[in-house]
Amino acid sequence: MGVATGRRSTLPGFGLTMGLTLTWLSVIILIPLAGLFLKTFELSFDQFWGIVTSRRTLNALKISFGLSFAAAIVNLVMGTIVVWALVRYRFPGRRLFDAIVDIPFALPTAVAGVALSSLFAQKGWLGAPLAELGIKVAFTPAGIFIAMIFIGIPFVVRTVQPILIDLDVEIEEAAASLGASRWHTVFRVILPSLIPALLTGFALAFARGIGEYGSVIFIAGNLPNVSEIAPLLIVIRLSEFRYADATAIAVVMLVASFLIIFAVNRLQRWAQTRIPAH
Amino acid sequence: MTIELKNIVKKFGAFTALDGVDLKVANGELLALLGPSGSGKTTLLRIIAGLDWPDAGEVSFDGESTLGHGASERRVGFVFQHYALFRHMTVFENVAFGLRVQPRAVRKDEAGIRMRVKELLDLVQLDWLADRYPNQLSGGQRQRIALARALAIEPGILLLDEPFGALDAKVRKELRQWLRSLHSEISVTSIFVTHDQEEALEVANRVVVMDKGQIEQIGTPAEVYDNPATAFVHGFIGESIVLPVEVNQGCVRLGGKSLGIAVADGISGASKLFVRRHDMQVGPIGAGLLEGTIRHVRTFGPTQRAEVALCGGEGKTLIEIDAPRDRTLQAGDIVGLRPQRYRIFAAQD
Repeated sequence: MGVATGRRSTLPGFGLTMGLTLTWLSVIILIPLAGLFLKTFELSFDQFWGIVTSRRTLNALKISFGLSFAAAIVNLVMGTIVVWALVRYRFPGRRLFDAIVDIPFALPTAVAGVALSSLFAQKGWLGAPLAELGIKVAFTPAGIFIAMIFIGIPFVVRTVQPILIDLDVEIEEAAASLGASRWHTVFRVILPSLIPALLTGFALAFARGIGEYGSVIFIAGNLPNVSEIAPLLIVIRLSEFRYADATAIAVVMLVASFLIIFAVNRLQRWAQTRIPAH
Repeated sequence: MTIELKNIVKKFGAFTALDGVDLKVANGELLALLGPSGSGKTTLLRIIAGLDWPDAGEVSFDGESTLGHGASERRVGFVFQHYALFRHMTVFENVAFGLRVQPRAVRKDEAGIRMRVKELLDLVQLDWLADRYPNQLSGGQRQRIALARALAIEPGILLLDEPFGALDAKVRKELRQWLRSLHSEISVTSIFVTHDQEEALEVANRVVVMDKGQIEQIGTPAEVYDNPATAFVHGFIGESIVLPVEVNQGCVRLGGKSLGIAVADGISGASKLFVRRHDMQVGPIGAGLLEGTIRHVRTFGPTQRAEVALCGGEGKTLIEIDAPRDRTLQAGDIVGLRPQRYRIFAAQD
């Protein structure tokens, strides 16, 4: 009569789905990553350390992580405002704007890169007036920053949007009836309720920025130590057949990204326990 | 604080939610707004709170017009049906919210806020939940916290929108009694909205019965139950037997047969006879004005409920009556029925 020891589950299929999950994750993610790590073992530790702490590598990492962090912050703020307008107000063209938000998702990154660099080039629509003000965007770190903002914004908008839609208007009415000004209502009631979603959106935009390659290299100028991102440096090393060097940089990026995403995740989990979705 | 509403009109597109409502609420009253959904009772409450604005009419508190003030300036405590607690705040912070957002000049210091919140949590008997988050509480506890939060700002008026609507029957009963005793303790002018007549009759000092954006009757629970002003009120409050009758020169006919009962002046033509279930007396054939066959008898509590098919002119009409248990009724019996107390209202088309 059935299995004597096993407890019956109301959701059968645990064994099957768990097995598939593990197999799939191994094939798609874990095995390639393990290969990456193994490759670095061709280097001695000193060699590894030398590559990783070389000026060019450190600068590339700094540019990749620093600018994508800054871009994610900008996306967090601007994305929240965009979401607010899209969710809370009814205006002509709202659906169009809503659809436009997804373009950075869908557009091939190279196309985005070409478009942005021609826009911000010295004779471009935006580049020309900016050049008159003495600001140069294309082929500088500022260009990288802009490309990263471009590709990151949908992550913030799309993660926060459903949460804001679900947020009960009664909460705001309750705050108002308790004497709260609009300012207090927004900063003490609405934004804190959105924190888990905001953190997720931020983490996704940040991660996307770190890994971004296509759109950035067209606008970056790619000067070593100035506007060379880490993924580009990896490609350069690969094209020089210095595979171990490339993987060493990749491993550092991988570990750093993982730690950051893990930290944001923990933070988000912590916020989630305090602010459950419902 | 007294509330006065004059000729309030509110439309949502083509739908008229409130159609000329006048209402005076005395200081310290506990008033129920009772009506079916769509009767405009919640809209009226929201207009008093400043969460909605009327298209026409006047709202004044203590004789002063309040329409120039938004919800945040009216000092009105509002309790929502679904609590509307702030999920990211502890119970303590929820209750403290109204105190923390006060203008700096009048805001209490931290110790003062702590003391006040403690008082309020004691008042709703939930001081032991101060550090919990709303999602860790039961529905009844949440609603009590929502009430404590609304009371924190020492409102002149307390408004409750279907406060027990989302709770199960047992908790509802408890909270009703609790709300009544709380009101006698703090005696702030309070209005609550409900579609549950039992709740309105049991809790309120006065009941306002609303339908289709208008007030049908205002009165004490006894008045609206015993002397319904309109056919709607009679049908809505208490269980009634409704029979279509014809009134002609003071003569009441049911299915062509004269009932020989009196009718108020001014009623003529197609009308409705309203009788409470327990006011329909059952006796032997001939003793009544109506006759019918008992279909089922169900016995529970102090009464038995019988389903009776009336022998009328056109087809059969099924009615339900409540009779004392000492009277033996059996399915199949043919009985005479006599309305002890009744009301006749002209039928509305």
